[in-house]
Amino acid sequence: MSRPTLAGPGRRGLHPGAWWLWAACLAGAASRTTNPILLLLLGAVVLYVAAARRTDAPWSRSIVVFLRLGLVVILIRVVLVIVFGNRLPGHVLFTLPHVPLPSWAAGVSIGGPVTAEAVLAAVVQGLRLAVVLVCFGAANSLASPYRLLRCLPAVLYEAGVAITVALSFAPELVMAITDVRAARRLRGRPVRGLAGLRGTAVPVLERALDRSLQLASSMDARGYGRRVAVARGVRRTATGATAGGLLLVVAGVYGVLVAGSLPGGGIPFVAVGAVLVGAGLATGGRRTNRTRYRPDPWGLPEWLVVGSGVVALTSLVVSGVLGVPGLEYVLSPLRPPTLPVAAAVGILVGLVPAWAAPVERTAPVTRVTPRTRPTDGAVPGAPAPVVTPTVVRGRTVA
Amino acid sequence: MIRFEDVTFSYDGADRPTLDHVDLVVGEGELCVVVGPTGSGKTTLLRAVNGLVPHFTGGRLSGEVLVDGRSTREFPPRELADVVGMVGQNPAASFVTDVVEDELAYTMENLGLDPAVMRRRVEDALDLLGLHDLRYRPLGTLSGGQQQRVAIGAVLTASPRVLVLDEPTSALDPAAAEEVLASLTRLVHDLGLTVLLAEHRLERVLPFADSVVLVPGGGGRLNVGPAAEVMVDAPVAPPLVELGRLAGWDPLPLSVRDARRLVSPLRDRLVGAVPPRTVPVPDGPAVARLDRVTVRFGDVTALDGCDLEFRAGEVVAVMGRNGSGKSTLLGQLAGVRGPTSGRVQVAGQDPTGLSPRDLVARVGLVPQDAGLLLYGDSVAAECRGADHDTGLDAGTTAAVLERILPGLPADRHPRDLSEGQRLALALAVVLAPAPPLLLLDEPTRGLDYPAKARLVTLLGDLAAAGHAVVMATHDVELVARVATRGVVLAEGEVVADGPARDVVCQSPVFAPQVAKVLAPDPWLTVDEVRTALEVGAVRG
Repeated sequence: MSRPTLAGPGRRGLHPGAWWLWAACLAGAASRTTNPILLLLLGAVVLYVAAARRTDAPWSRSIVVFLRLGLVVILIRVVLVIVFGNRLPGHVLFTLPHVPLPSWAAGVSIGGPVTAEAVLAAVVQGLRLAVVLVCFGAANSLASPYRLLRCLPAVLYEAGVAITVALSFAPELVMAITDVRAARRLRGRPVRGLAGLRGTAVPVLERALDRSLQLASSMDARGYGRRVAVARGVRRTATGATAGGLLLVVAGVYGVLVAGSLPGGGIPFVAVGAVLVGAGLATGGRRTNRTRYRPDPWGLPEWLVVGSGVVALTSLVVSGVLGVPGLEYVLSPLRPPTLPVAAAVGILVGLVPAWAAPVERTAPVTRVTPRTRPTDGAVPGAPAPVVTPTVVRGRTVA
Repeated sequence: MIRFEDVTFSYDGADRPTLDHVDLVVGEGELCVVVGPTGSGKTTLLRAVNGLVPHFTGGRLSGEVLVDGRSTREFPPRELADVVGMVGQNPAASFVTDVVEDELAYTMENLGLDPAVMRRRVEDALDLLGLHDLRYRPLGTLSGGQQQRVAIGAVLTASPRVLVLDEPTSALDPAAAEEVLASLTRLVHDLGLTVLLAEHRLERVLPFADSVVLVPGGGGRLNVGPAAEVMVDAPVAPPLVELGRLAGWDPLPLSVRDARRLVSPLRDRLVGAVPPRTVPVPDGPAVARLDRVTVRFGDVTALDGCDLEFRAGEVVAVMGRNGSGKSTLLGQLAGVRGPTSGRVQVAGQDPTGLSPRDLVARVGLVPQDAGLLLYGDSVAAECRGADHDTGLDAGTTAAVLERILPGLPADRHPRDLSEGQRLALALAVVLAPAPPLLLLDEPTRGLDYPAKARLVTLLGDLAAAGHAVVMATHDVELVARVATRGVVLAEGEVVADGPARDVVCQSPVFAPQVAKVLAPDPWLTVDEVRTALEVGAVRG
């Protein structure tokens, strides 16, 4: 069987790992700058690619949620700065009445003059966090966490499940909220405002928890976590090596942090520990014999996508190391941000996936004609048709 | 193949065991149907086969459950995955992955099968269950029946020796159900697969059954044996068996074909009796209407230019194959989402614009996943909450519940109820305030025949009191008993709309069992036949 190629017959769009690496690179890039122009540019690049390459799958909607979350983050930061005051000197926009606090709350102040600098700083910091959130949302939208999990090697699979459940929590929650809100409406209970929020939160969390329990039992019933018979000695060695290795790593890190506490500054401990953990995991991995159904291929588009992310990240890191002006937004004296051209061009390279990545399919390429295409069994007077359950259309209400 | 040896099981905190000294042997290559009233412990029995009970549920199990010689005491469910395939009652809850194809391959991946083998089996399963067009579809976008078929396919690919299915056909349209059961029979015959399945729609599965296990509930003794013997006095019986009991047939016929061979004496007794006339569609005021309503999800058209009007006093059955737009139609009437084009009006208003409080006074909807409607932490609290929400007198909802399913423990958490009990509770919550328009999506899933009969009475009363009832259902027996009007959807279009009797009798797919047996005379239900016989006896 030949490997499916870029435009081949498979459904797979891009390798999910490529999407997540690309998003991680752009998120990393966002954390290297406070220049609002660059941050907005990054956000626009990520949103454009996500919009160009997302499918109509339910998880594709998660980017909208993350975008909203990002806006909320900015808002919260600004409100906090206005209320609790970040006493940056500068242009006073307005002054809130100062609330006197008891002496034990020294260091906290409520009200006072609000400067343009303080508000701007809050906006920029919130913006940075929002861009990171949007990157995460884009990765979620473009490749579901489950598909990412499929690509992990068997050794890491079990650890990966925990991560995946954590990652899939966000889209699950979004779907649960939609369902619960619709159902609450049907019960005639408020869905908006504080009462609505309170009434929705508990059932949503309950459902999420229920869903995890059902997922666990279903995975178990379907053979997840099966063990190949391995000699008890081997098993114990593997467990021992992993545990011992982890202990050594912890001790070593302590040595690195507290100078002079361990010979060699703790580095030998970390090294030996890491080797032990690796060996333990590899031996332990032999106990599971998972195989993979139609693994995602890694080809030219994947390299292009990851490469574009790396270019974006590198352009910012290098600019930072070289001390290119404009990467950090200096608030005093207050003036519009400048545009570091090299970094901006680097970020724009991040747009490559909008063209390089193949679109993921949700319908088969060659449409096989159903064996019988009944008009319908119930047309009065029609002869008894042989109805096949070949159904193409349809979705549930939610 | 499956052997229960003196198995007793009780859930934590339960005052009496759910399974009490159960002895059961299901041989290799046998298709065994588990029957019993709602909440009698069928699901518990099934889940004990691969050890989900008690490994995942907790509780105390004594005795021994052996599958293919392996005891669930020593082997947890995952180590039995290559022997037992388990399809739960709610397929959506059992999905692990997010795309159809991956879901079909999941168990095989865990078993470590060769990729080439996996590829072939996935293709086979896609063909066997007619899933080819759905292979890349996200699981969340499938209709209920499609999900059911994916769930069955997902366990079949691992080629287990035992297949355990909990209500495998309740979400399927009659044709799809027959297709699934036919494929199961084929597997039983060709591969010696052992199948244990629980089902409330006995009319669908009994013709295929080798043996029947009757779980009477309340920890009573199991009755195991050939289907025709067990069904003689089973508390749950499909219309065919009831007809057989009425006519005194021995052995009881289990398929329409068997019954037709025995039917001539009964036909003679019915000579001269007139089958009830087609019930005229009541001419009440319009409660809701759809004007050229089209609904699209992405490039999928769920409803396509529907023109429908629902009048007070009608019981409308909306039928059609899985994914034909039935649920979407109900969702439109309840204002769950707006139409892509066209206009929906309920009591003269657009339902999407109504506040929840105004909405609930006009429309009540029981969705397919009835549990969504329940938030209380006990049955009693749920009923109280419903009374409070809609300003009813205290105890109204509880009384309605008592009418549908008597004796539901009031302190039980809705989550711990069986699927059918949960549905009954949701029905009670929605029916209690008696809104002018009632929408029910698959209202008989998991309900036994007595509960179904009580629901039929309740719906009949509501319709007589001037309420409009619209139900999306695959249950033709329910349609035969209560519906006044039938609407058939296909590909989002209305293809038939008329008196229910005509709609179901004109199509062999939707015809109820009694109609099939007594065709060409248009008798629909056992009750009609019984009444005719009684009248005849009085006359004669």
